Amino acid sequence: MSVLDFDYMLGLVPILLSYLPLTLGMAMAGMVLALALACGLAVIRVLRIPGLNGITLLFISFFRGTPLLVQLFLFYYGLPQVLSFLTQINGITATIMGLTLHFSAYMAESIRAAIVGVDRSQTEAALSIGMTNAQLMRRIVLPQATRVAVPTLMNYFIDMIKATSLAFTLGVTELMGATQKEAAGSFLYFEAFITVAVIYWGIVELLAWCQRRLEWRLNEAYRR
Amino acid sequence: MIKVANLVKRFGDATVLDGIDLEIDRGEIIVVIGPSGTGKSTLLRCLNFLERPDAGRLTLGDLDVDVTRASRADILAARRRTAFVFQNYALFANKTALENIAEGLIVVNRWPKARAHARAREILERIGLADKADAYPASLSGGQQQRVGIGRAMAAQAEVILFDEPTSSLDPEWVEEVLALMKQLAAERQTMLVVTHEMGFARDVADRVIFMEGGRIVEQGPPSRLFNAPEDPRTRDFLRKVLAAAPSS
Ligand SMILES: Nc1ncnc2c1ncn2[C@@H]1O[C@H](COP(=O)(O)OP(=O)(O)OP(=O)(O)O)[C@@H](O)[C@H]1O
Ligand SMILES: [Mg+2]
Repeated sequence: MSVLDFDYMLGLVPILLSYLPLTLGMAMAGMVLALALACGLAVIRVLRIPGLNGITLLFISFFRGTPLLVQLFLFYYGLPQVLSFLTQINGITATIMGLTLHFSAYMAESIRAAIVGVDRSQTEAALSIGMTNAQLMRRIVLPQATRVAVPTLMNYFIDMIKATSLAFTLGVTELMGATQKEAAGSFLYFEAFITVAVIYWGIVELLAWCQRRLEWRLNEAYRR
Repeated sequence: MIKVANLVKRFGDATVLDGIDLEIDRGEIIVVIGPSGTGKSTLLRCLNFLERPDAGRLTLGDLDVDVTRASRADILAARRRTAFVFQNYALFANKTALENIAEGLIVVNRWPKARAHARAREILERIGLADKADAYPASLSGGQQQRVGIGRAMAAQAEVILFDEPTSSLDPEWVEEVLALMKQLAAERQTMLVVTHEMGFARDVADRVIFMEGGRIVEQGPPSRLFNAPEDPRTRDFLRKVLAAAPSS
């Protein structure tokens, strides 16, 4: 076994980093959409809106109960066969769609738990001074629920960044896809994949650091 | 003036309030006593529509509603005319002491923030917590939290402040400061309806003491009369028990 080709690895870094915007872009688009969808699903669950509640439960169960890769293949290869208007769905769109639906199912449950976890007596106190339900949600419940939910949601964002690597199976040349191509050209598989692993690792550590800072700020009101 | 006529509240088959009639004059301090599970909390919660009564008529100043027909607007109006002090303080955990007091003024009364904060500072001064304006509830003692709870109720400028066992959750060391604040409010003739087990407070401060049992008002009168010469055997029985349990008060 030969020693690692460090020059090759160093040269690879800028090439791979040029695909980072696509990787992060898919993750961020997925995160924003998943958050919006998850908030809606959580509210349906909290208020137990008749009809929608059952559909939401089914949705959550399906998207948590099946592998993300299966869901991505279903959207990319499967859906265009049954829905003709989706014929030219591209890999990036399918990835964002899959990430959104898959992660919104998980996030909805954490958001719901965070809302339900806000002390019921504060809700009564807000009502007792004449606040409406919307006011008490916006000013008392959601700010506190956010504090509880944010660490978990950040973890999902980190998972989502790693999950974007599955997009290469749909033919998208993002960070993972680019690495695969580079490795196939140089035959230096170990060097290529250890380089991309370190890049993912670095991004995740950076985010974890941001997460700790954010939690510290959010907990300001609760420190004794 | 506040008037409650034939107030009824049921939970399932249980009739928890069984036709309560009550009139409270402006500036009057009323203490409600009675055994556990008698409906004392439920009475206060119905006045504030935290529970929806099943029958009765409610007059709060210029508001006069049949509770069964109360609209959303009536309920909000009733809540603006009553303020609630909770046993467990129920402060907004994401707001400072100052913000807890100013919140209702800003959101419900739609005061500009600066004016609401100025008023909240006046109230903090009166409750002796001017130096804790920027403290969050988690960093306050139980007694301080309850004083902020009372300050929040004071800010509402309600017809009446409803106190549901305001000292029952407190460590003994904090009870006195909360009672002192309530006495201060009583001296300012703030209308108050207080559910409490503090018989000393009832004796010293109340204009009228109401004894409730089984969802009804059994007996009421000035504390001197009710404590020294209770007429109903149930009142006598109850007083003997609580006074035996707490001889010091
Ligand atoms: N939300 C509710 N659902 C069902 N039953 C209730 C509810 N709230 C109160 N009750 C019942 O109504 C009765 C009166 O309760 P309430 O809390 O008003 O009594 P209380 O006089 O305040 O007692 P305590 O001194 O223990 O606080 C009790 O039997 C209680 O179990
Ligand atoms: Mg009670």
